[in-house]
Amino acid sequence: MYTQGLDQKSETAARRLDDAGLLAAFQSRIDAEEKIEAKDWMPDAYRRTLIRQISQHAHSEIIGMQPEGNWLTRAPSLRRKAILLAKVQDEAGHGLYLYSAAETLGTSRGQMVDDLLTGKAKYSSIFNYPTLTWADIGAIGWLVDGAAIMNQIPLCRCSYGPYARAMVRICKEESFHQRQGFEIMLTLCRGTAGQKAMAQDALNRWWWPSLMMFGPGDADSKHSAQSMAWKIKRFTNDELRQKFVDVTVPQAEFLGIRVPDDDLGLNAETGHYDFGEIDWQEFFDVLAGNGPCNRQRLEKRQRAHDDGAWVREAAQAYAKKHGRRAAA
Amino acid sequence: MTREDALIHYLFRLGDNALILAQRLSELVAAGPELEEELAIANFALDYLGQARMYYSMACELEGDGRSEDDIAFLRSEREFENLVLLEQPNGHFGDTIVRQVLFDSHYLLQLETLKDCGDPGLAGIAARAHKEILYHLRHASQWLIRLGDGTDESRARMQESLRRLWRYTGEMFAGDAVDDVVRDEFDGPDLAKIETRWRASLQPLLATATLAMPGNQWMHGGGRQGLHTEHFGYLLAKMQYLQRSFPGSRW
Amino acid sequence: MSDTEWPLYEVFIRSRAGLSHRHAGSVHAADAQMALDHARDVYTRRNEGVSIWVVKSSEIIASDPADAAAFFEPAADKIYRHPTFYDIPDGVENL
Repeated sequence: MYTQGLDQKSETAARRLDDAGLLAAFQSRIDAEEKIEAKDWMPDAYRRTLIRQISQHAHSEIIGMQPEGNWLTRAPSLRRKAILLAKVQDEAGHGLYLYSAAETLGTSRGQMVDDLLTGKAKYSSIFNYPTLTWADIGAIGWLVDGAAIMNQIPLCRCSYGPYARAMVRICKEESFHQRQGFEIMLTLCRGTAGQKAMAQDALNRWWWPSLMMFGPGDADSKHSAQSMAWKIKRFTNDELRQKFVDVTVPQAEFLGIRVPDDDLGLNAETGHYDFGEIDWQEFFDVLAGNGPCNRQRLEKRQRAHDDGAWVREAAQAYAKKHGRRAAA
Repeated sequence: MTREDALIHYLFRLGDNALILAQRLSELVAAGPELEEELAIANFALDYLGQARMYYSMACELEGDGRSEDDIAFLRSEREFENLVLLEQPNGHFGDTIVRQVLFDSHYLLQLETLKDCGDPGLAGIAARAHKEILYHLRHASQWLIRLGDGTDESRARMQESLRRLWRYTGEMFAGDAVDDVVRDEFDGPDLAKIETRWRASLQPLLATATLAMPGNQWMHGGGRQGLHTEHFGYLLAKMQYLQRSFPGSRW
Repeated sequence: MSDTEWPLYEVFIRSRAGLSHRHAGSVHAADAQMALDHARDVYTRRNEGVSIWVVKSSEIIASDPADAAAFFEPAADKIYRHPTFYDIPDGVENL
């Protein structure tokens, strides 16, 4: 899902300077499950794809702080407030690990932030939806983090060392995120009629966007093949999406709330859940900037960036005045 | 009042300070000058929130009325909260946040230094944990105060203005009442007069290094201990308590 | 680029007494003290460290990834291909 925008751009042909021999040797390293590190030779396209994928993943974490942060001041218990704060803080941390990994490839934090704020870089479309009720916080943890985990665990084995290591760190921390979301939903579903209705309403609004997180269907993802060959991508969009549905529908049944899909049903032959058609128009609209919260998400980041300019400048001025170490 | 009444009351006040500051800091998520600093601010908020929960839980246990930390946080009304009004002021820019941290933490740290050796083992235990956390907060915020005070002309001007605006809320930190007196006398708690002297003494060199001027003596805003808040407080509470008030008696 | 960036620092954490420091990642900071604080906040939130080292990324000297000359990009320093590690003189456009 962090490659949502990637498949839409056609890759420019690799420069002819990429010697076929170097390429072949590189590919055999990949095939042998060797890790590629920052200074190793790599095809330009591999580097560029990774920079885009990792930075988009980082942007997603950072932007993701906003819909959840939206309910921090209104969390209904001190325990929930603390858990949500820790989760949002983790997301900032994940963004940082990923920016750090991306920087090993020849981009900089400043460049990546610029690309995000100018709209050049994408982030996961799911975060362009609003969190309207407390139940949304539960739904996000349960569904959105659930979907993210599906993608993240295979990435721990991706071919690029710094990215794989960042993912290992992230996956270790991620386990509590989904559990806290599910726990919120469970508490609501076992609560008053009003609370249960809140939970059902959240599921109604977050189900389809969560499915869209996995990106377009395999038939429409022509460029996935190269990413798979380079072990940047380990499973196809449809494979992950099916896995998500198969795992999540029983959880919804346990909660006692209905997945908003009339075509949903267990296929006795395949053992998988069949599900309805995704409205890809909505997906492309949101990806193109026409979702409920796209503008406000970026505006908030832009404002934070602008408001912080005097702070960053002052810190630099101080460091310059007081020499290399500038320690207290 | 009895020794125990004073202790319970004191604990609620410590909790109120921590909770209200945590609430203000959590508004700053996704709004920091740099991502790493956002993490730091979230850290502070988590520390204060953790402390509030400990203070409230201990107070409720001593009280013995079956109230929980959430009853204290979400079901008390405006006049029942007794935090310092410094902490309920709306967030301004990053400089305001840093000045608020330095002014409060430098006082809170001195309080905790005494409390971690005080006559009540429960409170001493919480204070010992909090002390470690606040040591880090103060060091981090102080370093920022220095960077921003001695950074650019613009940053110095902003910091001086933050100091000027928030200074009137500092007097309240040392304006004790009967509760503070009992805690001091019966539990070897902080002597606010002595703390004020030490507080000023610690701030002086820090402000000097930051090339900032300490504001002069002035009228001090008070009332927190009597539950007399500024107008900002009602809105803060309305937001914080909204869900519990909308769904009375529900589990979350 | 929007405004001038804070330099990049590599972070090394010793998770327990008796172990070596291990590379954990990087942080941006304006000075060394800030780098230490940031490293602590970003990389030791779950008590993962007893000691932190931070080093400006540009100060690290690294070996060649492999022996043979032509097969891999030769360079004795600059552990990453980070753009700000490279001093570009003023007046050079589009870099």
